[in-house]
Amino acid sequence: MASVDIATAPDAARTRRPRTRRSLTGGSGLALGVTMIWFSLLVLIPLTAVLISAAGLGLGGFWEVVTQPQTAAALRLTVVESLMVTALNVVMGTALAWVLVRDRFWGKSLVDIVIDVPFALPTIVAGLVLLSLYGPSSPLGVNVANTRIAVFLALAFVTLPFVVRTVQPVLESLELDVEEAAASLGAGRFAAFRRVILPSLIPAIAAGAALSFARGISEYGSLVLLSGNLPAQTEVASVRVLTFIENGNREAASAVAAIMLLVALLVILVLDVIQRRLARRGD
Amino acid sequence: MSHKSPVRLLAAAALAASVFATSACSDPASGTGGGDKQQVSIVGFSILKTANKQLVADFQKSDAGKDVEFSESYGPSGDQARAVIAGLKADEVHLSLEPDMTKLTDEKLVADDWKSGPNKGIVTQSVVSIVVRKGNPKNIKVWADLIKPGVRIVTPNPGSSGSAKWNILAAYGQVIAGGGSDADAQDYLKKFLGNVAAFPGSAKDATTTFEGGTGDVLLSYENEAIQARAAGADFDYLIPDQTLLIQNPGAVTTDAGDAAKAFLDFQLSKEGQTDYAKQGFRPFDDSVKVDVPGANDPADAFPTPETLLTIDKDLGGWGEANTKYFDEKDGIVTKLIAASGKS
Repeated sequence: MASVDIATAPDAARTRRPRTRRSLTGGSGLALGVTMIWFSLLVLIPLTAVLISAAGLGLGGFWEVVTQPQTAAALRLTVVESLMVTALNVVMGTALAWVLVRDRFWGKSLVDIVIDVPFALPTIVAGLVLLSLYGPSSPLGVNVANTRIAVFLALAFVTLPFVVRTVQPVLESLELDVEEAAASLGAGRFAAFRRVILPSLIPAIAAGAALSFARGISEYGSLVLLSGNLPAQTEVASVRVLTFIENGNREAASAVAAIMLLVALLVILVLDVIQRRLARRGD
Repeated sequence: MSHKSPVRLLAAAALAASVFATSACSDPASGTGGGDKQQVSIVGFSILKTANKQLVADFQKSDAGKDVEFSESYGPSGDQARAVIAGLKADEVHLSLEPDMTKLTDEKLVADDWKSGPNKGIVTQSVVSIVVRKGNPKNIKVWADLIKPGVRIVTPNPGSSGSAKWNILAAYGQVIAGGGSDADAQDYLKKFLGNVAAFPGSAKDATTTFEGGTGDVLLSYENEAIQARAAGADFDYLIPDQTLLIQNPGAVTTDAGDAAKAFLDFQLSKEGQTDYAKQGFRPFDDSVKVDVPGANDPADAFPTPETLLTIDKDLGGWGEANTKYFDEKDGIVTKLIAASGKS
């Protein structure tokens, strides 16, 4: 298919026939094919496998697994903590990006580099760092080990870079003239931020928030050492998944995984809707 | 992690693929290398990584082992069993507890008669020990001390770590050994779980958490306590008067060659057991006498407890115990753990 397209492409260009949307050039057809195969192998097929495996339980079995009190508590905790952390990141991440782009201070480039560390660190190392900083032998005198605050802290730690890194480049590309124009037309600083800057940042913030949430609900390594995995208190969904796998109950593990998938999808969808609505209002 | 199972599947597949790739590459190479080198792949649970170093070296010095090359893989026992099922090449598997071996016999990867030898398939053994802070400030001596108010316990999560089941069963079994009923044992375990400060994911995580300052007591295997102390950990441990014998099974896989069998024999020999004893495992052979660095008394490292419970004699064997105590819905321990969160 692709080779035929390549051979006919010059002719098509010479006659200047307007292309219909469905016909692709050989190059982009090939690119699309390769991308879809890669994407399928890497994402679609494994995700489908999870859903099929979960389907093995049947609706009743599925419901029984996810409503079992210990599992339900873990799911609730994971989603709520991830939402809270994402909300925090939206505010703090945007502020951090703002400071990094708009302000000048000593050590700025160092901060700029260090921000990625929580993300780059192997999660179990992050867990060790958190345990030594906020555990019983904390040099800061802060001991939150084995509490829900530990879960929150670990999630906040590993998801910190997402919003910063998505907002930063957008903020950098924003022309100062626009703000100046807004100011010259009588907009106050706050109005200029709300009406001019924020709308252009919102897609980036939403993308960062989605990444941050998705990472939050899937986190395991960084929080297991500090959270203590106490059932119904600090046990997160990924520990439940591991428990089911350890006991050879792959269907139940898949059921919990499927719920997490759905929640992630839902949150990404909601963020998309919010982003569109807010961006439109800014126009 | 929500994508844990596909990730693990992929990881296992990648691991398997790389093992196949390397073995496919190395076979012709070793063929042209002159001597008939035999390859043995050991798949073992985490703590063996250190312990097996000496064993492999000593085996290669013996006649049976001089032409044998090893590839070794270590990790959590349950993960290792699953990896072998997913295609990880294994000639000898050495796991933390029997239910993981049963996963392999179910898949016909290990012959059903793996327990027929004189050791009943057990390669290394240890006992459940109580690790306390240096100087034992809470004065922990017996199991009853663990359920006193204010004592905080760290023990690995029996859900995510199969090997943690030994610890919980020891806590349960010692009540029975002391003449208590099942109801008494459940009552004890309920209080015990009420005192749990953390359920880390694995034995290794539990030790890290304890060393990080959480808890007054860590339930651990004697050999892990000894090995951690030999490596510089600053804590004390004690063997309670009633404790459970930990038995780690090992077997060759169905398609393993003679070299793997020879290695298994070496592990069970006096020399092999001596090497394991140096790392804190209790030798089968009482005549093995070695200095064990890290033990309370290095010269007499393995004091005999008053009552040594075994899974077969006192808890009905793993087949029964796994269902009775750890069944996902109706297991006694599963239910008590789920209830412990709702206080």
